Amino acid sequence: MSYFIARRLAGFLLTLWAVSVVVFAVMNVLPGDPALTILGIDSTEEARAALRARLGLDQPVILRYLDWVAGALRGDFGESYSFGVPVSGLIAERLPLTFSLALSGMVVTVLLALVLGITAAARHGRPGDWGIMLLSQMGIAIPAFWLSMLLVLLFAVKLRWLPPGGFPGWGDPVAALRSLVLPTAALALVQSAVLARVTRSAALEVMRLDFVRTARATGFGSRHVLWRHVLPNALVPIVTIVGLQFAGLVTGTIVIENVFYLPGLGRLLFQSIANRDLITVQALVMLFAALVVTANFLVDIAYVVIDPRLREARG
Amino acid sequence: MSERRLSPNLVIGAALVTLVCGVALLSVIWTPHPHAVINVAQKFAPASAEHWLGTDQLGRDLVSQLMVAAGNSMMVAMLAVGVGCVLGTSLGLLAAARGGWTEEAIMRVSDLGFAFPALLFAIMLAAAYGPSLSVVVVAIAFINIPIFARVSRAAANQVWHREYVYAARAAGMGRFAISRDHILPNIAAPVIVQATIEFAVAILTEAALSYLGLGAQPPAPSWGRMLSEAQTLMYLAPQLAIWPGLCIFVAVLGFGLLGDGLRDMTDPRLVRERRA
Repeated sequence: MSYFIARRLAGFLLTLWAVSVVVFAVMNVLPGDPALTILGIDSTEEARAALRARLGLDQPVILRYLDWVAGALRGDFGESYSFGVPVSGLIAERLPLTFSLALSGMVVTVLLALVLGITAAARHGRPGDWGIMLLSQMGIAIPAFWLSMLLVLLFAVKLRWLPPGGFPGWGDPVAALRSLVLPTAALALVQSAVLARVTRSAALEVMRLDFVRTARATGFGSRHVLWRHVLPNALVPIVTIVGLQFAGLVTGTIVIENVFYLPGLGRLLFQSIANRDLITVQALVMLFAALVVTANFLVDIAYVVIDPRLREARG
Repeated sequence: MSERRLSPNLVIGAALVTLVCGVALLSVIWTPHPHAVINVAQKFAPASAEHWLGTDQLGRDLVSQLMVAAGNSMMVAMLAVGVGCVLGTSLGLLAAARGGWTEEAIMRVSDLGFAFPALLFAIMLAAAYGPSLSVVVVAIAFINIPIFARVSRAAANQVWHREYVYAARAAGMGRFAISRDHILPNIAAPVIVQATIEFAVAILTEAALSYLGLGAQPPAPSWGRMLSEAQTLMYLAPQLAIWPGLCIFVAVLGFGLLGDGLRDMTDPRLVRERRA
């Protein structure tokens, strides 16, 4: 098992390194002069040269890459062109909001998907099952940003129950939580559509097995059998999809923050693109990609923890 | 699949796809009104015999814009998935034909592609090279290469162990000729299924990027951009936020269902498993 984990760890580190090369290459093999972009066409050549030197743009590409990686490993992503402060500070400021949104989105997604998936499996082949599967098919096809707009139309514009967007800050926790309700719902409704399907089919697989019949025959109620016997044994495929969906959650958070004007990392990414603040964009893209790679790695490890049979099989 | 009955997924999916593609094709030769003509006097007109779904904030006909946007969306998806499919499948075929370190190298590099969700990759390209539909096409195509490489390699590896392939090798046929004449026709089914599903993903990604301002630039109509414009007018004209979203939904649902239906049809094992 330790051999298996060591191999995965090596692959994980190699992928992270390759991702950093791709991100750096795309962002640094640019047409045009960043100094000209920042200072504008009225700037003097001396001013541009000074800025290039300050940003390290006069160095060879390979040195700049090594510099960037060494800095990133220390948590130093350089200074933002447009905000004039360290990028790591910008990230630290906005991380709590993005993290809260992603976490609440994930929790609601998993809860909703488990309840819907198990309910559909329990009503296999009956109208309840069809209804849930129809909803999930629709959820897969609906764009998250459109669903967000529909939720805003209903709950903010028509009913006026919740704010249409923006974030009041954590100073007023009730207002802060209220402003996260619609974004969380938009994120979770779309994400749980796929997961509910997987939960349903994983549960159906397990329900055919002998021990479930035995549990029923012993006299346990059907609800007890579903949640205590079927669900724990259906977890492997569910965890796989939760891990794969992490990428969707990351991009979903980027989009949703922009729909609801939430000042998190996704919004920062778009502000930085608008300002051509490439240092910040580069740091954020690397951060998001690293999160996805880490999630995939953790899922690989999680299999072995959840299913002891895999420990021996994988050596 | 003992019975030859078509699955509802397939029928509904095919119908929706035909509808969307039909409208997209029609928009090339005919729209009820020229889609870009501004007529401020007619702004926010309600649905009527002249403007079936009304007009937008500049008095442009909504139906005509939605139709042209359908064409743009299909074009982006077709180019992006087409390029990704051709390059990815070629790499997958090459990996299966050569084996050894060639296969290992191709598959490890495509693993890297899975580290970047399409949207993130497109955001990175748009930040570096400026927002445009071509950036969207390149990004989606790029992300599709590893997907098709993986699908086609897995399928091709199976076909390489069939007897007629052994026979062709014994007859002295080269690896390239075998890949072209025997492997490719026999892996077409899973590749086409994957292409249909990726088509749905491409439509969704293009819409999201255009919504975020990184895709289609004005005045080119795009469902995603129409939605982002509608968002600022939500209190004034909520109906503008409905139709473009519904179009995306129908197109994505259609290709998704068609992909599911085709998979069930071409992989009978799956049907049996699902029915069990």
